[in-house]
Amino acid sequence: MEKEILITGFGGQGIVLTGNILGMAATLYDNRHATMTQSYGPEARGGSCSSQVVISDEPILFPYVERPQVMICMSQAGFQKNCAMLADGGIMIWDSDLVKSAELREQWDCYNIPATRFAEELGNKMMANIVMLGFVSAVCELVAPDSLKQAVLKTVPPKTRDKNSAAFDRGREYGGEILKGRARQEH
Amino acid sequence: MNQPATAPCLQHPQEELLRSDRIPHIWCSGCGIGTVFSCVLAAVRKTGLPLDDVAMVSGIGCTGRMAGYIKVDSYHTTHGRAIPFATGLKLARPQGAVLVASGDGDLIAIGGNHFIHAARRNIDMTVICVNNLNYGMTGGQQAPSTPFGAKTTTSPTGSPEEPFDFCQLATACGAVYVSRWTSIHIRRLTESLTKAILKPGFSFVEVLAACPTAFGRRNRMREALDMVKFFHERSVIKNNIDPREFPLDFKGPLVVGEFIDRERPTFTDSYALVHSSQLGEWPDLERQKPAAG
Amino acid sequence: MASKAVLTGTHFMNGDEACAEGALAAGCRFFGGYPITPATEVAERMSRRLPQLGGIYIQMEDEIASMASLLGASWGGQKAMTSTSGPGFSLMMENLGLGIITETPCVVCNVQRGGPSTGLPTLVGQADMMQARWGSHGHYEIIALCPSSPQEMFDFTIRAFNLSEQFRTPVLIMADEVVGHMNERVVIPAEDTIELVERKRPTCAPEAFLPFRPEADGVAPMACFGDGYRVHITGLTHAENGYPAMEAGAHERMLNALVNKIKMNRDTIISYDTEYLDDAEIVLVAYGISVRSARRAIRAGREQGLKLGLVKLNTVWPFPEEFIRDLAGRVRALVMPEINLGQMVLELERCAGGRCPVRLVGHAGGAIIRPAAILNVINDLVKEAV
Repeated sequence: MEKEILITGFGGQGIVLTGNILGMAATLYDNRHATMTQSYGPEARGGSCSSQVVISDEPILFPYVERPQVMICMSQAGFQKNCAMLADGGIMIWDSDLVKSAELREQWDCYNIPATRFAEELGNKMMANIVMLGFVSAVCELVAPDSLKQAVLKTVPPKTRDKNSAAFDRGREYGGEILKGRARQEH
Repeated sequence: MNQPATAPCLQHPQEELLRSDRIPHIWCSGCGIGTVFSCVLAAVRKTGLPLDDVAMVSGIGCTGRMAGYIKVDSYHTTHGRAIPFATGLKLARPQGAVLVASGDGDLIAIGGNHFIHAARRNIDMTVICVNNLNYGMTGGQQAPSTPFGAKTTTSPTGSPEEPFDFCQLATACGAVYVSRWTSIHIRRLTESLTKAILKPGFSFVEVLAACPTAFGRRNRMREALDMVKFFHERSVIKNNIDPREFPLDFKGPLVVGEFIDRERPTFTDSYALVHSSQLGEWPDLERQKPAAG
Repeated sequence: MASKAVLTGTHFMNGDEACAEGALAAGCRFFGGYPITPATEVAERMSRRLPQLGGIYIQMEDEIASMASLLGASWGGQKAMTSTSGPGFSLMMENLGLGIITETPCVVCNVQRGGPSTGLPTLVGQADMMQARWGSHGHYEIIALCPSSPQEMFDFTIRAFNLSEQFRTPVLIMADEVVGHMNERVVIPAEDTIELVERKRPTCAPEAFLPFRPEADGVAPMACFGDGYRVHITGLTHAENGYPAMEAGAHERMLNALVNKIKMNRDTIISYDTEYLDDAEIVLVAYGISVRSARRAIRAGREQGLKLGLVKLNTVWPFPEEFIRDLAGRVRALVMPEINLGQMVLELERCAGGRCPVRLVGHAGGAIIRPAAILNVINDLVKEAV
């Protein structure tokens, strides 16, 4: 089964790194196949950027996302520009403080998290992407959660491992709570 | 030349360093390059360096042809690119001595950017520039060395531009050894070249030379001896001076001499330093001089 | 990072990084760099890794200088490389020619972006393919490889060094922005399983050595700086002894030697892979990132019942002329997707020689070829045939 994931945001948020960690988790720790491609403008900070990840059990023929099953939005502009691409039944995930006008659409499975705010509470808003990855590990099955965490720890600077580990856990816990809440509603 | 068949076959004093099978050379009679070339060969010999570990790199132009006559590993490259080629050669084989032979147009016009950067980096090489005030090989066009008002085929009524002063340029860019001579200063030039070759870092030796064929005949120095006499009458030797205070001037005294001889870590020294753990954090680092050898 | 030349293991890295690792594994110890998107990551990785291995990274003042520095380093006895993209590649053409005429092994990786001129610095292109073939003045043969994945960036960079050492010539890696920036699995094998080729060095006495006399394989041994042969190397037309020889006969001898050493070794140099060719009626011929577009189109087309196959060109220059000529006589059509408005397709057409229709799926640049665009062309071909 091939999964297409689109991650959007602005430069400086670690969007490409987020895609890289996801692909690394699939490749190195789940022993599956993954590609990560990126698009970005000339500005190093602030411009819109996106990262496209394809994860599969088979070698990946085509490394671009055409109809993503999962979309992660870390900016309003990224959401608006790309949301129409998300497949019906796809999972839409966004940072609830950064994407304000994300209307829930029936054909999507929607999740949001104040990832940037959590990261700030943990001491560094630069870790918003790691909070987001923790959240993603809870709400959708892209890669094994342990693999994802391992990939996070392999990627971040050694001195920041503990903080990033906490950020990942915070996102994952929040995702778990949301899923529990949903389960209660359904019963 | 007609020589009697019985004449003894005389060897050139620099036979060991000459590709005699390539003689006759291309230089015109009266050209100063041959004299400079002889001084280069003598200097290479005087350094005592093993000849297998000396290389000459050149670009294009009359002076560039030196690389074709010296019997060491020699590389006649593209116009202006002798210095970056020599940079790769030197860094790939740091134990070798690398000489660059270049004319004024090759070195400072098309190759000017490479010149300033190699001096800035202090790549360990010796750059010998024969400055004949014009592009000789192509028939005498205006160069960045052509004095204001001098006539060339592309400045038929006189050059409207001010020339560069190469020694000032080399000094400003960080060369550790800078000297200027003319083609009549044979002994001093040879000594200066010997010193330059042995000096670690970017050394620059400029030699003013006659080009009667292309430059002289358009500027009232038609005969080879005219420019030589001019050098003889006008040149004044001043050592250890700041070349900015004595700019190259053909109207007044022509100041030549050994201008700069200073110490600065070479690229290779600095490369080793930054990849050691001894470098502090910029901007508070101490610029320590690497140990000799 | 471990200070080893070969980082044996499984990695998730981008193509530019894989290119740098391939170069190091091949024994490259000199890199003359100049930053340019989207090739900068090659230089960045080399600047970090080379000093650990006793090698030299130097950032030159422009791409003219970086190309010249490679040639110097190669004559200094090192394996040397640079990376660049369109604008820098244009500046390198001058000394690429010097590398060819002086038979200097070195490797240039062009991570292609959209052009002409500054064009699209951050977006993909495949429009320097003819520049790779003919960009430096004069007549010559060139070897150019086209990787379609980060793994191939690693593998082909090693092969590029091996070919350049074997045939004493600059070798081009014609990558593209997507392959350069895409992250994917890269498996770096054990050091002792990587086969490396080193340039032939002379063994005869210096007096007997002719630096440009080819041996039976078309290639002359190379005496580097300090080997004691005191050679003269010039960008002028030269005789076998290396000395300038300014006449038509000498030029013909030299040029034939330059061309022949590539032509007579075509079978060793040319590399392509085929997929689904046994029953294919329409064959896609693709290189670089467009291979990935072609594979997706083939998968979708086969699901529709179309008999599609693939020829993946690993080397684009020299072009696999005989193979394409033969193939064109056996299939209904050839289709080439490429991110330009028709370059390699001209070569494909020439080699097909009218034996079957040849179609281009082109794109001006800035995005990869969509598989749907390939299928549209194929469906048109099928309709025409009905």
